[in-house]
Amino acid sequence: MKIEVLYPELCNLYGDLANAEYLARSSGAEVVKTPLTAAPRFLTEDIAMVYMGGTTERGQVIVRDAFAPYLDGLKKRTEDGGLTLITGNALEIFGQYIEDEDGSKETMLGWFPTHADRHFMNRYNSLYLGKFGDMDIVGFKSQFGHSYGDNGDGLFQTVRGAGLNPYVTAEGIHQNDLMATYLIGPLVVLNPPFAKHLLRLMGVDEPVLAFEEAAMDVYAHRLEQFSQPERGFIY
Amino acid sequence: MGKLKFFLALWAAKLSRPALKLTKHNGTNFPGELAIKICPDFLRYVAKPEQVIAVTGTNGKTTVSNLLCDILEMSGKKVLDNRFGSNIISGISTSLVNGASVFNRSKYHVAVLEIDERSSKRIYPFVKPDILVVTNLFRDSIMRNAHPHYIADFLTDSIPPETRLVLNADDLIAASVAPDNPRVYFGIERMATDVTECVNLINDNRICPKCNGDLQYEYLRYHHIGKAYCPHCGFKAPAYDYAGRDVDLEHMTMTIADKDGSATYKLLSDGVFNIYNMVTAAALLRELGMTHEEIAGYMARTRVVETRYNVERVGNVDLVMQMAKEKNALACSRAFDYVSQQPGHKELFLMMNCLGDEKHWSENVCWLYDCDFEFLAREGVDHLVATGPRARDYRLRLLLAGVPAERIDCEEDEFKATELLHFDPGSQVYMFYGTDSLALAYKVREKVKKLAEEAAK
Repeated sequence: MKIEVLYPELCNLYGDLANAEYLARSSGAEVVKTPLTAAPRFLTEDIAMVYMGGTTERGQVIVRDAFAPYLDGLKKRTEDGGLTLITGNALEIFGQYIEDEDGSKETMLGWFPTHADRHFMNRYNSLYLGKFGDMDIVGFKSQFGHSYGDNGDGLFQTVRGAGLNPYVTAEGIHQNDLMATYLIGPLVVLNPPFAKHLLRLMGVDEPVLAFEEAAMDVYAHRLEQFSQPERGFIY
Repeated sequence: MGKLKFFLALWAAKLSRPALKLTKHNGTNFPGELAIKICPDFLRYVAKPEQVIAVTGTNGKTTVSNLLCDILEMSGKKVLDNRFGSNIISGISTSLVNGASVFNRSKYHVAVLEIDERSSKRIYPFVKPDILVVTNLFRDSIMRNAHPHYIADFLTDSIPPETRLVLNADDLIAASVAPDNPRVYFGIERMATDVTECVNLINDNRICPKCNGDLQYEYLRYHHIGKAYCPHCGFKAPAYDYAGRDVDLEHMTMTIADKDGSATYKLLSDGVFNIYNMVTAAALLRELGMTHEEIAGYMARTRVVETRYNVERVGNVDLVMQMAKEKNALACSRAFDYVSQQPGHKELFLMMNCLGDEKHWSENVCWLYDCDFEFLAREGVDHLVATGPRARDYRLRLLLAGVPAERIDCEEDEFKATELLHFDPGSQVYMFYGTDSLALAYKVREKVKKLAEEAAK
């Protein structure tokens, strides 16, 4: 079983790579890393999960250009039910465009029906509490803007914090088993029930997480803290 | 009207200092804050010394600023600094209030100002540095600084075009700042401990800035610090104008050389970060026209600030206060690497929690997964106590880093956690704390000292 990490030399901000490492460690899967100069392996190999993490603003453009020839391959993978996880601002790479405060626009891959508004002097930082089905999701957002457009029910249903943008509760994008979220960092490590769900989708029948007791202890504590009504959410 | 407002601001700010003292209020930045409140253009009008030196960058700016201040003062200059204030606009304003007479004449020859990278847009339009040092640019607070390329762009947009830059050639991100400005570069030539492949989780410069190809390193020190080149397009890191070389940790010396000569310098610390700080300061002082002999002589009489590294013998152990900035994966990684390689048995007390965040919301822990906790799995690190609001997060991260569970203790309350320390005779007890937990760390240290003394009886 393999987990493919796309462009780890650029898409690696905020501890994002821990997501793939944790799933691999909890399943015995091999992590294979695909650099900018290579074609993604999911096009030709059996890949249990494809992962892409957040990157710099320049990185978004470089990744857009590198991945453009393979976008149809990812669309097909998604139609076929293949599992893909996209975190942080990597979500914006698959949208229509990114617009800066000065009105300049960068056209992106044009798959998701969303576009991002970016404000370099107004970084958005918040805690996040949401739902994935019955599961509680905790996490962090730290981004230069939000995305707008029809993301349907999204990936997570927001309880506290912003959805895809502060005006909607649907957070992220969910198409079959393609999941994209603005949440950053070790999302999978911080959410053991979600980690187990991903492992099941990867084909692990009865997943047991690495250091599950410690991970659940962290999760329960954070969930309790994030559920406190008096807890500030926006940094 | 502008000038009148300015003088009102200056005098009110000056008067606020004795008032603060009388009422025993700790208002380090208050005079500057007040001045800006009364006159938003205060920085434009306030008198500055003839020469303004600014020091910015992710790590080392306090140490470099202190070195520069101490050496310039030893050389007979009257130096205005902000070492007792903050490095944001209110702290800089407070320093300039202190440095100006009531008639707005500067009382100093030179200013050495440590300036926060994110504050540059509010400061540099009015306080134009003659020389600006960028020590390095690394990942820092995710919330404030996003990533180092963003900070590099931010500085490029803020630095006045006439400012001369002193840049780290071993850091291609810092070296990329304000490409049209006049500049010199410093660096450290190959060291015995260098590698060619990055062993750290963070390397923010993996691709060539010209062709996006895989970047290679002739030598790599840590993270993206080293001598980079691109095998695909021929891109190379800038050559050193000021080079540290022949670093000898046994005799605690190195050579710093430039086109006009060189001298042997006594190392202030064996940590590579502080060796860089020395080379950085020496490069800038050479730019000011001091000789190597003068700089080396003065530098030998300086020391690294106590709050960053401090050792004390207590009972049967050495108690080490080790600053490792919270929410800064790189600072902690460097400290973990350094401490874990020290000889002997070590016990670590981890309390680098961001207590301010905890009060208002909750610390964003993503940085823990950028940080090389893996260094703490090395032999010789016998016991770790994870404490503070994020104790559980530390425990999980340590386990994932390969630290055996039996070496880890976890207790949220910092004072109770001290009771978990073993104080094995002959060992070193390291207390890791950040700027946010500094005050608490020194209170907790008192309890640690008491327990260490009791354990020795």
